[in-house]
Amino acid sequence: MTRIGSDTSSPAVSAAAPALLSVRDLDVRYGAICALQGVSLNINPGEIVTLIGSNGAGKTTLLRTISGLLKPANGEITLLPTSPSPHPPTALSKLRPHEIVRLGISHVPEGRQIFPNLTVSENLLLGAYQRRDDLSADIARCHTLFPILKERQSQKAGTLSGGEQQMLAIARALMSRPRLLLLDEPSLGLAPLIVRKIFDIIREINAEGTTIFLVEQNAHLALKIAHRAYVLQTGRILMTDSAQALLANPEVQKAYLGG
Amino acid sequence: MLQFTQELIIGLSIGATYALLALGYTMVYGVLRLINFAHGEVYMVGAVSGFHFINLALRWHAPLALALTIAFVGSAIVCAILGFCIEFFAYRPLRGSPRLVILITAIGVSLLLQNVVNLNFIYGPTPRTFPAEVQKGLNTSIGIGGVYISRLIIIRFALSLSLMAVLTWIILRTRTGLALRAVSHRFDTAMLMGVNTNRVISVTFILGSVLASVAGVMDGLRYTITPLMGVTYGLKAFVAAVLGGIGSIPGALIGGLLIGITEEFARFYLPTQYTQYADAVAFVILIFILLLKPTGIMGSTAVEKV
Ligand SMILES: Nc1ncnc2c1ncn2[C@@H]1O[C@H](COP(=O)(O)OP(=O)(O)O)[C@@H](O)[C@H]1O
Ligand SMILES: [Mg+2]
Repeated sequence: MTRIGSDTSSPAVSAAAPALLSVRDLDVRYGAICALQGVSLNINPGEIVTLIGSNGAGKTTLLRTISGLLKPANGEITLLPTSPSPHPPTALSKLRPHEIVRLGISHVPEGRQIFPNLTVSENLLLGAYQRRDDLSADIARCHTLFPILKERQSQKAGTLSGGEQQMLAIARALMSRPRLLLLDEPSLGLAPLIVRKIFDIIREINAEGTTIFLVEQNAHLALKIAHRAYVLQTGRILMTDSAQALLANPEVQKAYLGG
Repeated sequence: MLQFTQELIIGLSIGATYALLALGYTMVYGVLRLINFAHGEVYMVGAVSGFHFINLALRWHAPLALALTIAFVGSAIVCAILGFCIEFFAYRPLRGSPRLVILITAIGVSLLLQNVVNLNFIYGPTPRTFPAEVQKGLNTSIGIGGVYISRLIIIRFALSLSLMAVLTWIILRTRTGLALRAVSHRFDTAMLMGVNTNRVISVTFILGSVLASVAGVMDGLRYTITPLMGVTYGLKAFVAAVLGGIGSIPGALIGGLLIGITEEFARFYLPTQYTQYADAVAFVILIFILLLKPTGIMGSTAVEKV
């Protein structure tokens, strides 16, 4: 029953290239509350896919389930393995969060959640916790993307401004060299100028080859940088289309774009 | 003045053992927001295993220094395994349960350990001391500028300080230490970094238990060993952790030293008919902290993690 709603609105996913991440009929509950019901979506390699929805729609719940912090009541999440063809997609819902990080998914949580008592450098090192190889190239890349982090490297992360903390949170997530980057409302509480800067960098990270799943309440901005988008409403996928089409969609304009 | 210095040194050496134990409370609280009330029993098991190991070593005619080393190392291994098991079997299945459930479990683990050690083939209820030859060897005093310090006090100091230095190094300079600090700040975000939080929690219990074992053996060298010795002592170390600010590692050091010094001064300077109240000093301090600064000396004002 829950499936009908999401299936009719899902476009035919390109049959040729398998999705990098695939979410099928996902139900997630907090006790008796159903936060997600029958959610299905696909993220193809190289895309920026955005999920828009108002406060309480279940966006954070979906990201936390993908990362393994929450266990679904039903449904499955699968990730394309790194090595091609013979391997079937890996099912994520039985794995623990650190194992999911190791498979190449990195999550920038809502509200940034940097470690305020650790230095900027230590925060970056934690982002690479699963790796045992040389990190200097990755640290250099983070410093190029966000020069302010280089200046502040030995400062406690708690002393950074909100925008700098968001940059640190993104840089920290890049340290694990993710194939898929999950971003939970990176624009939250930031000045428009900083938001624009961060969104430019998101696009740059994508251009360098990282697939991005961007969750936003700020639908306008998100739709502008995304290739495709899903609309989530009270735990269900309401519609999905190319980002351009949704920008032009009167229903979306009315509900999420302020007119 | 000499007397004062002497008492201060004794107080610091007592405080150093409180600090070792307080570190265990504070580290576990840091990662799990849980007061491990069975920690005092790990200390007790440390003393009891030290007792068994040293007797075994002396039976094999090991020289004193070797016998002591065997006692410390053996007891550390026993306690490391015990600490790991307590977390793995008692606390881990209850992760996410209401605090009251976990608290009751902790008390249950304490009672279990006390009663197991109370069994005659393990140790038994009779208070015992380390062999006389060990005590004699350690009680020889060394005079420095009129202040007399026993070898035992020197050992207590040297061991406590070096262990604290090692712990500080682990926490500030190693990968596991970094993970431990991250988990202490926020559990789920640490998981998103790829930290295996179960492993970090096990390491925390093992580290805390090793420190407790050393405190146990050192106190075994000084006092009598009984299955109940961990109760008061554990509580006092807990007070030290609260005094310093529970969750704070420097806080545990400061809290432990302060409790040790005040207790020793109370014991020495109170009129003789009141010396028995020296033990109560820690608890009077606890009441004052709870009234004046519930977060402790180094405690953060950070809100409770839910
Ligand atoms: N820990 C929780 N316990 C119970 N309900 C929760 C919890 N977290 C979120 N919810 C509920 O689940 C729904 C979705 O929340 P969330 O995923 O945070 O939405 P969004 O990120 O889209 O704002 C909301 O109704 C919220 O109240
Ligand atoms: Mg949210």
